[in-house]
Amino acid sequence: MKFFTDENSELAREMIERYPKARSAMIPLLHLAQEQEGWITDEAMTEIAELVGTTSAEVLGTCSFYEMFKRKPVGKYVINICTTMSCALMGAGDLMKHAESRLGVKSGGSTSDGMFTLEGAECQAACTEAPCLQVNYRHQYRVTADQFDQLIEELASADHDVPQHGVLSRIRQHIPEDRFVGPTPPEEVVSAPIWLGTDSGEK
Amino acid sequence: MNEMTGTAIPHAPGFIANKTPRIVTSRFDYEDSHTLTRYEATGGYEGLKKALRRTPEEVHNEVRDATLLGRGGAGFPAGVKWGFCPPEVWPRYLVVNGDESEPGTYKDRLLMELDPHQLIEGCLIACYAVGLSQCFLYVRGEMAVAQERVAQALNEAYAAGYIGKNIQDSDFSVDIILHWGAGAYVVGEETALIESLEGNRGMPRLKPPYFPASIGLYGQPTIVNNVETLSNLPWILEHGAGAFTAIGTESSPGTRMVAVSGHVKRPGVYEIVNGTTTFRDLLYGSDMCGGIRDDNQLKAFVPGGGSAPWFTADQLDLPFEASQVGPQGSMLGSGAIMVMDETTDIPAAALTLTKFYAHESCGKCVPCREGGTWLEQILRRVVEGRGTTRDLELLIEVGETICPGDFPHAAVPSKGIEAVPFPYRMTTICFVGPSAFAPIHSALTLFREEFEAKVAGNDYPTMIEVAVDV
Repeated sequence: MKFFTDENSELAREMIERYPKARSAMIPLLHLAQEQEGWITDEAMTEIAELVGTTSAEVLGTCSFYEMFKRKPVGKYVINICTTMSCALMGAGDLMKHAESRLGVKSGGSTSDGMFTLEGAECQAACTEAPCLQVNYRHQYRVTADQFDQLIEELASADHDVPQHGVLSRIRQHIPEDRFVGPTPPEEVVSAPIWLGTDSGEK
Repeated sequence: MNEMTGTAIPHAPGFIANKTPRIVTSRFDYEDSHTLTRYEATGGYEGLKKALRRTPEEVHNEVRDATLLGRGGAGFPAGVKWGFCPPEVWPRYLVVNGDESEPGTYKDRLLMELDPHQLIEGCLIACYAVGLSQCFLYVRGEMAVAQERVAQALNEAYAAGYIGKNIQDSDFSVDIILHWGAGAYVVGEETALIESLEGNRGMPRLKPPYFPASIGLYGQPTIVNNVETLSNLPWILEHGAGAFTAIGTESSPGTRMVAVSGHVKRPGVYEIVNGTTTFRDLLYGSDMCGGIRDDNQLKAFVPGGGSAPWFTADQLDLPFEASQVGPQGSMLGSGAIMVMDETTDIPAAALTLTKFYAHESCGKCVPCREGGTWLEQILRRVVEGRGTTRDLELLIEVGETICPGDFPHAAVPSKGIEAVPFPYRMTTICFVGPSAFAPIHSALTLFREEFEAKVAGNDYPTMIEVAVDV
């Protein structure tokens, strides 16, 4: 049985065609799988292996290296509280304790209703706005305990603009066919690009 | 396809304008700074148009003459790096490093969210100048909004004829492919970034070669440039290298973005004059951070991202100039300053960095994989009051397996401690391992009494010492 939906299969084909080597699409395809399913299933990895021409063990090797790829189901909203220096200096430890008690789970755990997964995370590039957190990789800045509670209520009642876990960018890159130069694999491109105007630049 | 506009996306906070001329942040005050309409209305893509009227070699020379130092951390001049491509090996690639994740660093995300067209234009200028056939724009995975804004900008720029086939009706053709990471700090190291882009685990490659310009993506010559570095190119091409070098100093011209976080009155991201601005200007200036919170005393600050050895008030008058900061024992790194006031528990603060690097070790080099983990565990028990005096020596011993010899640190005149200059020797391929040790070494050197207070009264012999005594 196919893993990707027809629409996502088409997207996968488009992504692969952009790279000089299909394997480069591995991480984008894992993201696509996570967007479809919320986490990375064995079926997804098997199909990605076929799509990029490698083994599912190789896909697992790549998948398991990266923090964002979840190998088991997580909550609809993954809440990452930054615990690195700038946030720690500004009260991230207290925020984490509050979050654990508010959600009734320890860092790393998920609520039983499947809504929230709580994680301690590393630096999120919002250091001047500490303490910060991310919900499905979208930032919240200078978060107080009260604001955390309010955020949880908004998310629980769907009164929020955060897509479910797995969805990252809601805007996809679209390359119009008439403007697409196409991939430049080393086997096929052997001379300097034409605009350099050198002798070897003839196409 | 979801073609939603960017208007619903909240404006990323943090940037604070000051008296510095604005090169890369010039559009940050506009609510629609990320749109093509605003970009074109404010001189956008003029640098590219000027570049296309000149030869690639002339454009490369302009950038070389500007002495544009890389803004990612190493500070290597971009124009010189571009020149490292072997002359007759094709194709060449551009990989844009948007994997900003060094602790304390917050600028590339702002540039991607607030002015993505400026970055795109920079990419195009680099590709034109060096003959790079394809560009891969690698955005950190945990930056959903930056991905949306860059995707939207790429779509606009393709449609307007700035990217793709025969750009602006010239014979210059290049694609820019948006690529996301998936959460791994080490991927910010340029050879690990390339591994990741090839679909692999993001582990740094063995050196030499030291620069992917000789052997990079798919074994081909590859330029890896940081987002802020590339974002400077449109301005340089529009105004000329002379205008750029007129700002700052000869060896560190232009401006740079610096994030100041922690215990200051106005934490924020500031564009500052390179080379001349001092840490005191930045931390205490009335148009910048305005001093330490609650008018407390400054205890220490990390001057260049979590990897950098720490400074104290004794180093406040150093300028943002590598040739002055290096001999004083640290580095400017990625433009990230983390400030600790007098209330800070120094060993605990060091732990927040060491645990970061231990967590982010890719596991390729044993001294980092094992050493980082042990440094974290030993430091944690010291912080929690379970450590011994012996642990303080053990921290240094483990650190020396990663960085043999003298490790750089700042001077402490009041204690008779002299500076040890940057850099250090290392037994690992990349800087993740040494970075796990850097905060511990700095904290222990500058504030040893705080560690001794934590282990006081715990001096029972360890198992190892008992065995040795027998």
